Amino acid sequence: MKLFSVMLGGFFGTITRYSIGEWIQTDNGFPLGTLLINLLGCFVLGWFLTYFTIRNNIRPEITLLIGTGFIGSFTTFSTFSVETILLFQNGLAFYGTLYVLMSIILGLIFAYLGLKFALINGEKGETH
Amino acid sequence: MIWLIGIGGSIGAAARYLLGNFINKKKNLERFPLGTWLINITGSFLLGLLANLYQSNEISDWVWLFVGVGFCGAFTTFSTFGYETLILLQSNKKILACVYVLTSVILSILSAALGFII
Repeated sequence: MKLFSVMLGGFFGTITRYSIGEWIQTDNGFPLGTLLINLLGCFVLGWFLTYFTIRNNIRPEITLLIGTGFIGSFTTFSTFSVETILLFQNGLAFYGTLYVLMSIILGLIFAYLGLKFALINGEKGETH
Repeated sequence: MIWLIGIGGSIGAAARYLLGNFINKKKNLERFPLGTWLINITGSFLLGLLANLYQSNEISDWVWLFVGVGFCGAFTTFSTFGYETLILLQSNKKILACVYVLTSVILSILSAALGFII
C-alpha cells in the first residue's frame, strides 16, 4: 500500500512536470520551466512536510502519496544537471551559472518560506 | 505518450523510495542525506547518457520519454534535496548542509557531463 501510494503520486507528479515543461518554453534557451517547477516544488514540500509534522495525525500513505510520490517526482535533479551542461555546451556559460545559482539559492529560500508559512498556519489553527 | 511518461515516473518514484529506505534505514534526517545524494548523482549520469543518445538519434522518442523524462526525472528530486538541506540548517549543521549542497550540485553536473560524453 505504501509503495502503491508512492507510485500513484509519482505517476501524476511526472505527468504534471512534463505538461508544465511543454507549456513554459522560452526563446532564449534558458530552462525556465524546470526552474519554476523546482522552486514551486520546494515551497510546497516545505509547507506540506512541516504542516503534517505539526498535525501528526495524518496517515503515512498520504505523506508518501503527496510528498514522496507527487512532489518528489514533480521536481527533478537530473534534468537540472543535464540542462546545465547543455547550456555550457552551447556556449551560454552566463545562463548556465545563473541557472545553477538561482535554482539552489531560490530553492532553499522557497523551501524555507513553505516551512514558515506552515508554522504560521499551524499556530493559527491551534488558537481556534 | 503521456502514459509512458507517467508509468516511467511511477517506477522512478518507487525506485527512489525503496533505495532511499534501504540506504537511510535509521531515517535520521539530521545525518547526511546519503540516499537522495546518491540518487541525484546516479540519475544525473543516466540522464546525461540518454540525452546524448537521444540527440544523436540512437534511441527513439518513446525510450527518451519513458526512461529519460519519466524514470530519471522522477527518480531524482529537487524538492527533497531542498527540504533536507533546510533540516540540516535548522539542526545547526551548517557545514554538513554546505557539503551536501555543493557536492550534490557539482557531482551531479559532472556525472551528467560524464554520461553525456561517454
